[in-house]
Amino acid sequence: MKIVVGEGSCGLAAGAGKVHAKLDELFAAANPTGSVVTITSCIGMCFLEPIVDLYDGDALVRRLVHVTDADAEKIYNAVNANDLSLVDDITITAEDASFLEQQTRIALCNCGIINPMSIDEYIAHGGYEALKKILTTGMTQDDVIDEIDKSGLKGRGGAGFSTAFKWRAAKSSEGEEKYLICNADEGDPGAFMDRAVIEGDPHNLIEGMLIGAYAIGAKEAIVYVRAEYPLAIVRLENAIKDATARGFLGDNILGSNFSCKMRIKAGAGAFVCGEETALIESLEGKRGMPRLKPPFPAQSGFWFKPSNINNVETYANVAWIIANGGDAFAAMGTPDSKGTKVFALTGKIKRGGLVEIPMGKTLREVIYDIGGGIRNDKEFKAVQLGGPSGGCIPASLLDTIIDYKALGATGAIMGSGGMVVMDETTCMVGMAKFFLDFTAKESCGKCVHCRIGTKRMLEILGRIVEGEGQEGDIEKLEELCMAVKDGALCGLGQTAPNPVLTTIRYFRDEMEAHITEKRCPAGECRNLITYSIDQDKCIGCSACAKKCPADAISGEVKSPFVIDADKCVKCGNCKTVCRQDAIIVK
Amino acid sequence: MGCCCNDKASDLSLLEPVFEHYKGINGSLIAILQQAQEIYGYLPVDVIYHIAEETGVAPAKVMGVATFYTQFRLKPVGKYLIMLCQGTACHVNGSELIAAAIKDELGIVDGETTDDGLFSLKHVACLGCCSLSPVMMINGETYGSLTPDKTKTILRELKSKAGEES
Repeated sequence: MKIVVGEGSCGLAAGAGKVHAKLDELFAAANPTGSVVTITSCIGMCFLEPIVDLYDGDALVRRLVHVTDADAEKIYNAVNANDLSLVDDITITAEDASFLEQQTRIALCNCGIINPMSIDEYIAHGGYEALKKILTTGMTQDDVIDEIDKSGLKGRGGAGFSTAFKWRAAKSSEGEEKYLICNADEGDPGAFMDRAVIEGDPHNLIEGMLIGAYAIGAKEAIVYVRAEYPLAIVRLENAIKDATARGFLGDNILGSNFSCKMRIKAGAGAFVCGEETALIESLEGKRGMPRLKPPFPAQSGFWFKPSNINNVETYANVAWIIANGGDAFAAMGTPDSKGTKVFALTGKIKRGGLVEIPMGKTLREVIYDIGGGIRNDKEFKAVQLGGPSGGCIPASLLDTIIDYKALGATGAIMGSGGMVVMDETTCMVGMAKFFLDFTAKESCGKCVHCRIGTKRMLEILGRIVEGEGQEGDIEKLEELCMAVKDGALCGLGQTAPNPVLTTIRYFRDEMEAHITEKRCPAGECRNLITYSIDQDKCIGCSACAKKCPADAISGEVKSPFVIDADKCVKCGNCKTVCRQDAIIVK
Repeated sequence: MGCCCNDKASDLSLLEPVFEHYKGINGSLIAILQQAQEIYGYLPVDVIYHIAEETGVAPAKVMGVATFYTQFRLKPVGKYLIMLCQGTACHVNGSELIAAAIKDELGIVDGETTDDGLFSLKHVACLGCCSLSPVMMINGETYGSLTPDKTKTILRELKSKAGEES
């Protein structure tokens, strides 16, 4: 049997490393069945990590979930005895398995299946066939671009621009010195789709980039990876080394006239470097400050030479498109948005993780059918799409389809794929402030409107959540939003007001409650809430009083306790420990 | 603005292999700064001046790059650098409570180091482990599904481990 431990960053954070070490120890001591313990990367079902898959040949026979190192012995015994009933209690349920079964995986096709450190496993799963097809059947650069054009592939980083258009533009630019760049900065907080692709299927990224480099005529390919992804960098470095050794990278690839080398450039912590011209500045060793467009990178990019920049997920679809044909990709999705999209579903969701589905599914299907709905069966309030450039979509719009145009019409954007679900306990004003805090900090400072506008908006939102909102604040925010959108040079500033605008559009009543009534309906903003104890529910167990850091709770055991509002610091400890749900937060 | 000279001089010879590796490669300033930080643990001012001299980039420009990117530190950090994720999912699932727990246990907030030089806290942008929110990374090791109590336990274990090592 093959015992495969899921070791993406999430799996490791959940303890997969310890499970692996214990399994290694057991099988090293005695291995009568000649079984192998190996790894794969993020399977995408983060709510079940650590995960261990049991394979008989190529067939997955059992998926084990929430595996701890204490379970390792059980697994060892089950494998040796060939009796999988021994691991029934840690086997995935049919309901949880439906999370993956409802998906269509193209960009993530190998993630969670192959060992990312093995080029042979990638090749055994059809790897590098697309590249071979191009270089051995005489496909020209235009043939390749035509196929991508047929597929309708749009940039998956958030802007949704036609990939074929960009490639054609770079190919038509004058000059021999051209660059193919991958934007793996993935700065949107709450997004980890690109991390999963690089950690789980780095060769797929390499192959997609090589095809792009061939199409535009680039001899050097660079992957700009954010500093916060050390494991992704390690796995990609290993893949580049192996691909070079096998002749897929370097001079005269597969005996053709096409030569291309690849390197990694680590970011240094700047969200703005996800903007393509700021990324180029950073690649040149400078402060990541955006350039004016036009000229576009296709004409004047890295070292002012023609360059093509695409997101990781965009490249991750390319090999599949070449191998299966652009028409097959275009057969999925909607008229405007072809193919599939990967989402990182997180927040107050029962089943969180990576979801890849054809465009055209509704938000409701993703959140309820695949995600299982809201944790603890609370009320759904909003779903945040597109990170700091996006917006919050309310319950009334849950049947919106996943499509660039349809999502844009709501005021949010498709974005890179971060999908954060919120429930009745999330304050929408607080969320708007959270995003402004982020963009104000990350603004490069070049443009007055962005630099000062985001700061002023943050100040106003800060006052509102502290209970110091004033009449006219909402109108002032709207005016600032339009000014920042107009006056900003790059996407960061142009989209920074989006979270505020969608909050005003869909949750105006919540903003007004904060400003005029000094009340936080979600019970989150500290200055606007009071903690008290429901005298009917309290059984006087004193658990809350023991946890109170401010000594604000008093009472006699077995009688209802009370909170002194003057002493209360609203830390929420009492609510966390109370088993009678007797703490009221209003 | 006060003078920011360090008390002791850095061993600049440690940078020689870095300059050798990047000689003639344009645009490698950020990579050089990253290597320098690996060597010294942070970017001392004399190192910045030395890098400026060796690369031919003006000291003000080097400083401009060092202060633009959040990865670079101009002050030394503790033995354990706690990176507390401030991503959206972590925020929604209570990263503020974890920050409060760290403050409670160690007495430090974002950007500070404990007096014994053991722990430093830095709020960072998304670490990409959103399904396990709230999350923190300490010296490359990720800890997820945090609660205030679990956080304190982790810190106490590291404290006693450091005590055993010294």
